[in-house]
Amino acid sequence: MASASSSAPARRGNPLAGKGWPVGFTVAAIVVFILFQWVLPNMSGPLPDFFDRWLPLSVVNQCIIWAIMAIGLNIVVGYAGLLDLGYVAFWAIGGYTAGWFMSGFFTQVSVNVFGHAAAGQPAGFHINFWLVLVIAAAHCALWGVLIGAPTLRLKSDYLALVTLGFGEIIPEIFKNGDDLDFPWAHHFNLSNGTRGITPVDAIPTGPFQYLSSDSLPIPAELGPFDETIKFVVYSLIVAFVIFVSLRIREGRLGRAWLAIREDELAASMMGVPLMRTKLAAYAVGAAIGGLGGVCYTTAVGGVAAEDFAFSSSIILLAMVVLGGMGNVWGVLVGALVLQWINGNGLKEIGNTITSVTGHDINFPSYNFLVFGAILILMMLFRREGLLPESRTRQVLQEPERGQLESVGADLEGERV
Amino acid sequence: MTVTTEQQPLSLAASAITIKFGGLTAVGDVSFTIPERGIVSLIGPNGAGKTTFFNVLTGLYRPTSGRVLLGTRDVTGMSVHKIASLGLARTFQNIRLFNLMTAEENVLVAMHSHMKSGIFRTVLRTPGQRREEREGREFARELLDFVGIGKTADEYARNLSYGDQRRLEVARALALKPKVLLLDEPTAGMNPLESARFVDFVHRVRDEKGLSILLIEHDMSVVMRVSERVTVLDRGEKIAEGLPDDIKANERVVEAYLGKTGTTGYGEDA
Repeated sequence: MASASSSAPARRGNPLAGKGWPVGFTVAAIVVFILFQWVLPNMSGPLPDFFDRWLPLSVVNQCIIWAIMAIGLNIVVGYAGLLDLGYVAFWAIGGYTAGWFMSGFFTQVSVNVFGHAAAGQPAGFHINFWLVLVIAAAHCALWGVLIGAPTLRLKSDYLALVTLGFGEIIPEIFKNGDDLDFPWAHHFNLSNGTRGITPVDAIPTGPFQYLSSDSLPIPAELGPFDETIKFVVYSLIVAFVIFVSLRIREGRLGRAWLAIREDELAASMMGVPLMRTKLAAYAVGAAIGGLGGVCYTTAVGGVAAEDFAFSSSIILLAMVVLGGMGNVWGVLVGALVLQWINGNGLKEIGNTITSVTGHDINFPSYNFLVFGAILILMMLFRREGLLPESRTRQVLQEPERGQLESVGADLEGERV
Repeated sequence: MTVTTEQQPLSLAASAITIKFGGLTAVGDVSFTIPERGIVSLIGPNGAGKTTFFNVLTGLYRPTSGRVLLGTRDVTGMSVHKIASLGLARTFQNIRLFNLMTAEENVLVAMHSHMKSGIFRTVLRTPGQRREEREGREFARELLDFVGIGKTADEYARNLSYGDQRRLEVARALALKPKVLLLDEPTAGMNPLESARFVDFVHRVRDEKGLSILLIEHDMSVVMRVSERVTVLDRGEKIAEGLPDDIKANERVVEAYLGKTGTTGYGEDA
């Protein structure tokens, strides 16, 4: 996909950024799919049991959904260098968009656009999953601009604090949004309060259901046990998000983001409109967060305000930093690893230690202790993250040429 | 003292610029013009208000009163990026490159306002977007060759030598396709030989790119050799303007730099 003229360091620093990645990603996804669809169910012995305990597919799906959102946050934090501590707001907006448009929640209306209404729920909006993805992305991008317009005038710490505020406000609105008074509607129930909106419609498989066979049953809609097909759906969305991230990065807008991250004042003096460029980063990041929100809602079968806590924003940020800020692949790895630890790994490590030593330690309750320890260790020994962007690796590992020269290093003579 | 540029078309005209910070008048009632294809210098002792005046021209500060015309367009109070895209480019006294971007990318950033591709065209990589990128890269390479660092196109700016970084700043500024190029102490840190070469370089930029150049400079040998006209600021006011030779002989200018004749500043008169 990289054109011949793409800059050499990008290729040199990151082998995956070249032509190979869509192939590599597809192969990896197919391997996982085959493993869980055909290999493990037909195997006896310890291996299926091992996967069931250490890496069940439901956890894999959670991991890749978090990866979608981490990649979105990476655009804001990694590309444009804007510290956002309230990214969970966009996840929430995306999640509720799915809740509104894919459930029988709004009993006042009855709209069905290629949707799959659950039995006994003819009322409400039932819009096709793929359309809802588009709606949620657009909706979140709109809110990204609305929230960004006043906040992005601030810099660094102040921006972080205000985004933190929005990250708290939006979930609170949903938490208390079951009895709103609008001029045109009294006692309007927007979000069903703490009960949340549940159930939401399943993901319909559309024409693919006719490909169903004995070895690969594809139901008309994906229920809670069709994890392998859901894995395919979510993987496609991850691939799309990676594709968009990489492409934007290589173009005019991506360069402007980098320039702002490097030196805001110099960028503006070179004709880069700061507000508009930052808003674009916010909007794209928010749109991707919206996709993640829709996926999350369909994966857990509903949306509830408690899911959107401040800690989620921090975990997402940790995924970005730990994986390697600015590098999509690093962020992907960071998200998979951290969400695995969070979802299943820690519990199983605890169980193993308990069974070996006989001490009963509730590991998942030390979740944040472990997270904190990992973050501290990473910042001490590998500040640039697991798979850093080649540019960042430069800064953190090599001294600047000017510094070397100032201590008398004899570098190649001046080019003329 | 009178300069015969009034009839010439101007690429930049600042009239009666005053800027106050609180009660302090940093620049008071300074008028200043740059003729088309002219090379002019702004000099003055430290604290004279040169940089403040520069920042008014680039839109970083809004003048308390006065107007700035770029060509025939009033740019007073416009945002920094807008003024830049209308054709006012600058370099920085302390080099401010995008360190973790390659030389080529640095130049491409400055072409932002001349390129059009938005998010969707970039993601879809439409033929138009690809052509724009290709042409942009070609133009960037041309500029890098022009300033003599074509070989470093793929190197990160931070890894360039000091001299090459200065050249890259000029290439980046030229990518804006400016009418006026402002050079803020461009020879700082250069040795006499490099400074001498720089004078030729400035002439070449003006002649081949057909733009006007304004220098802020401390090195008087450079100023006197490169400028067609020199303006002197002291304590926020314009104290002299004219041909380099006139400025050299101007009593007030010598005074501003060296102090009044007969005083050495060591208290001997007291």
